[in-house]
Amino acid sequence: MSRIRPLDMSRKQYQQMADTLCILTKRFNRHEVQCLMKVFNTLAGTFPERRVGVGLDRNTFRNVLHNTFGMTDDMIMDRVFRAFDKDNDSYVSMREWIEGLSIFLRGTLDEKIKFCFEVFDLNGDGFISREEMFHMLKSSLIKQPTEEDPDEGVKDLVEIALKKMDYDHDNKVSYTDFEKAVKDENLLLEAFGPCLPDTKSALAFEEHAFKKSKDE
Amino acid sequence: MGIALTRAAQWTAAGIGVGKLEFTPLNVSLLNSIIKFVEYVSSKHPQEAALVFREPLEWTSKLEISAFGSDYQISGKTVVSKENMDGNPLLLFEASTGVIKVSTFNQLAKLLEITPKEKLKETQACLEANRDPIAKMLGPSFATVEGEDKSMLHLLEKVKKGDQDPQAEIQMKLFLLLQQLDMQLLNTTLQKISQEVRLNPQAVKSDVQLLQSFSGEGDKTVLKSINYTSEYEFSNGCRAPPWRQVYGDICYLIINTHDTDTLYVTCSTAGVFLNGGLMKDSEDIIYDRNGDIYKDLITFLKEKSLTFAENLTQVQQNFALQKKSPSSRKAQRAEVPINEELDQSEKFTDYQDKNKLEKKKTSSKPKTRDTKKEEQSYVKKNLESSHQLFSKDDKTQMKDQDPDKIKQDKGTDETVATGKYRCKAPQEKKHLSQRASRASGISEELSESSTESEEEQEDMDRQQESNTDLPSEYWQIQKVVKYLKGGNQTATVIALCSMRDFNLASETCQLAIRDVGGLEVLINLLDTEETKCKIGSLKILKEISKNPQIQRCLADLGGLQIMVKILDSSNKDLKCLAAETIANIARFRRARQTVRLHGGIQRLVGLLDCVPMLSANLSAEQEKDIEVARCGALALWSCSKSKKNKDAIRKAGGIPLLACLLKSPHENMLIPVVGTLQECASEPSYRLAIRTENMVTDLVRNLNSESQELQMHCARAIFKCAEDEETRNLVRTHNGLAPLVKLFSKSDNKELLAAATGAVWKCAISRENVDRFKHLRIIETLINLLVGQPEEVLINVVGALGQCARDHVIRAIIRRSGGIDPLVNLLTGTNHALLVNVTKAVGECAVDAENMSIIESLDGVRLLWSLLKKPNPDIQASAAWALCPCIENAKEAGEMVRSFVGGLELIVNLLKSDNIEVLASVCAALAKIAMDEENLAVITDHGVVPMLSSLTYTRDDKLRQHLADAVACCCKWGNNRVAFGETGAVAPLVHYLKSKNPLVHRATAEALHQLSFDPKNCITMHENGVVKLLLNLMDSTDEALQEAAAGCISNIRRLALANEKARYK
Repeated sequence: MSRIRPLDMSRKQYQQMADTLCILTKRFNRHEVQCLMKVFNTLAGTFPERRVGVGLDRNTFRNVLHNTFGMTDDMIMDRVFRAFDKDNDSYVSMREWIEGLSIFLRGTLDEKIKFCFEVFDLNGDGFISREEMFHMLKSSLIKQPTEEDPDEGVKDLVEIALKKMDYDHDNKVSYTDFEKAVKDENLLLEAFGPCLPDTKSALAFEEHAFKKSKDE
Repeated sequence: MGIALTRAAQWTAAGIGVGKLEFTPLNVSLLNSIIKFVEYVSSKHPQEAALVFREPLEWTSKLEISAFGSDYQISGKTVVSKENMDGNPLLLFEASTGVIKVSTFNQLAKLLEITPKEKLKETQACLEANRDPIAKMLGPSFATVEGEDKSMLHLLEKVKKGDQDPQAEIQMKLFLLLQQLDMQLLNTTLQKISQEVRLNPQAVKSDVQLLQSFSGEGDKTVLKSINYTSEYEFSNGCRAPPWRQVYGDICYLIINTHDTDTLYVTCSTAGVFLNGGLMKDSEDIIYDRNGDIYKDLITFLKEKSLTFAENLTQVQQNFALQKKSPSSRKAQRAEVPINEELDQSEKFTDYQDKNKLEKKKTSSKPKTRDTKKEEQSYVKKNLESSHQLFSKDDKTQMKDQDPDKIKQDKGTDETVATGKYRCKAPQEKKHLSQRASRASGISEELSESSTESEEEQEDMDRQQESNTDLPSEYWQIQKVVKYLKGGNQTATVIALCSMRDFNLASETCQLAIRDVGGLEVLINLLDTEETKCKIGSLKILKEISKNPQIQRCLADLGGLQIMVKILDSSNKDLKCLAAETIANIARFRRARQTVRLHGGIQRLVGLLDCVPMLSANLSAEQEKDIEVARCGALALWSCSKSKKNKDAIRKAGGIPLLACLLKSPHENMLIPVVGTLQECASEPSYRLAIRTENMVTDLVRNLNSESQELQMHCARAIFKCAEDEETRNLVRTHNGLAPLVKLFSKSDNKELLAAATGAVWKCAISRENVDRFKHLRIIETLINLLVGQPEEVLINVVGALGQCARDHVIRAIIRRSGGIDPLVNLLTGTNHALLVNVTKAVGECAVDAENMSIIESLDGVRLLWSLLKKPNPDIQASAAWALCPCIENAKEAGEMVRSFVGGLELIVNLLKSDNIEVLASVCAALAKIAMDEENLAVITDHGVVPMLSSLTYTRDDKLRQHLADAVACCCKWGNNRVAFGETGAVAPLVHYLKSKNPLVHRATAEALHQLSFDPKNCITMHENGVVKLLLNLMDSTDEALQEAAAGCISNIRRLALANEKARYK
């Protein structure tokens, strides 16, 4: 049992934490919270030298996103990390991990909208601007060598997206805009890049995490 | 200027570094503009002009040392400029080798100043030696690279990095200047290139054809004649011998004008010119050029022949032959048809060719456009050099700077798209590919004047394009589809969402998506792993598949197979959308077959399986399941229009699932479910299932629904199922009759009305139901519906009346409510089904004598009788049946029948029919007719006896009954009894007695009784063992039968007695 308590916590503290987190997130039952905590500890324990007792650093977390949830876009993965890392200390703590996953795996549409908006709002000013969209969509079109201006397509795409989502015509997408657009058309939730796990990998993760610990 | 130099300028050889600039007007003008630019820069932009090049421009000059003036230090064989930078001279000339090195624009300008005469040559030499001068001036990162231009970005980075570096800013300015020059150069080049259009075989051919149609002996013709020297045309369109084709010759013409000698003309790709004429003693041509080259035939002839020019102008007043300016193209086209009318020349029908010709003349245009586009992108790049890529100012600035060009660009783009829009689908594909190839060929087109074949292709291309007003959606959609094709998941989803914002219900958009190849892309998306793309694609397909053309296209592209596969997906949204789309597409047979053959029916039936819907609170997931089931039902509904699919649904176990869904409280679920059932109820197996699975209850319940559509489908289902007696009874016991009748009030919904009246009709086949209907007082309502309703309703209303009229009370009601009048009127109709029902109804009514008198007064019998002439056997039979009660109940029936000229012959001849029902009905009618002696005599004359006899071998009981009846009635005239015996009717009749049908027995006994008055018949009967059979029948309860049987036996017995008596005498 000591293997799964690398965070210098007493067993009691550990249990307490599980309880608090369980109450906090509501979406996971106690068993599931414990399983996720175990996963967290395993991950954090993989690189003991990097662990300063605070949690997963950016690289570890990105590895999780990449390997488990099949994300590929570096920028988006960074942003997902930032969205998980609520206190901006460059580490995802246990609490942030559980809370993040609750949205990731079982979030309601509203929560997901909020999460995605946070991811897409690169500079965190509360708006997704043209530049941000351009940045995120930059590599979304196959570059054709014949094309006069390789960026023209992307710019056009940005305009299309803006036309679709910018309800108040201020040339940027506010949270209200985004929410409205997604409610209107769910497909737009991950409009600027995949930042949530797809159903398959989410299921696989849950199965893996919850079942493994059941066996133990 | 990099682009202009590499592409526009005409180099002698392609090799880098060794090429020479050809001395062509185009190049000269290029050089001149460059010289002007150099001078302009040094005078207007001193800062930029002073910028030291990264590497000096170096070339071999032909200048003399003496040419250099006071600004230079001359020391021996080298000349050095006084101006220098960090000790290095900005100009260095070594007279021994002739090599000159220049490092600033200032020096360049000065150099040009001191050599006013050698300007051109020096510039040329300089450019030849420095193929990419910009790279030398600003560094290798600014080298002109084919395809993309990153130089701007490099510069930008530099500026960003080194804000303090004033050099960079100057560099950038210089670069911008150079870019502007580049553009200027391209522009001028284009103007030049576009003037040089070469002839091709098509153009010449159409020219000649055109001229031929305006040639002849008359004064007003433009030419006397114009002919080819050779009739043989090679596959490439040329008529010149191959060894001359290599020189560019296309064909040779012999032209007789009104005012000159015969002209021998060569048309070559270079132009049109006079040749040496025919060689003496042979048909060969002296190919040498003998005069100037003209750009085309018309110009040539105008120059050569005055009359041609004059007459041409006259013709032009009607017909714009002038083809110089492309802008006149549209106008010309509009005038053509008018002119065709004015000018009666029959030959002039090759409108197509003419178009081609016109297009030829303007074929330089697309090239212009493409280049312009390229230029525009340069403009943009220039302007976007500032840091904010997207700031609005940038855009406006761009517009300010070059509004014309942008407009032009848009304009040409639009015409292209317009043309394409008009194309039919197969052409479309070809066209698209051509366009693609053209797009990829932009760079080549710029660097060299396009080759012959390229032009031809473009020509064909253009031909398909014609001007129409194009909906703006078209090219917007085209753009979106482009992103669908070339985007990753994210871009695809955005494009899909944007596409959904178009009005997908409009045919314009639907067809536009098809025409730009969007359907293929959308279907391809379904085959990917990306759920979102699939959902988005299906959402669009679901909408546009409401269009029949799209449905066919999708089926042709194999969309159904993929959608059927998607039905297996675990995502419920996907399943729903796929099923709904299938529901839309499966509106035609082939599609339904495809669905079945790919296992779609089983999968769709599988979708129906969901939780019992009556449970009160459902989770979101369960709601989804129900939605899936609903979509599955929708698809099955579409599919169930094919018989094989109905079987497949049944075999896949669909019936119990449908029965389960039928309990649903939701209309949107019930409509497809009942729709499917209703569609399938044409199969007896389904009718049985509907009865046994107790679905009648639900059908009846839903008759009270709010939704008229649902009511209609329920009524239709009942209509079809009520063919079975048990179902009819079930409808009654479930109190379904009253709601059916209630539906009559919705007389504005004709479909519903037709369904409801149909259900009533079928239900009224049961007498108990008729009684119920009597209580519900439907007769008056039905009679009201006899007027002003569409045929579908009328058929059912009349059918219902016909069934109800079997009740004598109802017959009286019909009479009192004035129903007979409209019924008889309907006898003049043409609809077969309606006529069958009307005749039946009239026949039923005629059973009452009072009704009959009304029918008679309306001349209804004559109308019925004339219906016997209809070729449709159903109508014939029904009319003949209806005639029976009419003849029976009419006063003076015999007189009435005789009054129909040719009527009796007509009805007797119907005995030649091979339809049992017709025969039976005619026999029945004949039996009634034969009641009147005179009429009997007439039909005997028409040969009724042998015809009836020939029918006696039938095995059909109904026909046997009426046939025996007819025989019995016909016996009463003349020697018909003997005739029946002679034609062999007796023996088969005896065998009728072995039938199990008592009605047959009675009729047969009567017939035998009549026949037995003839002794010979008695012998035949006896031989066939009639006595025993009759004796058996005599204990029947049917008195008529008893009497007839007894009579027959007594006749036989009497004959036997008489025989014995005779023997013992």
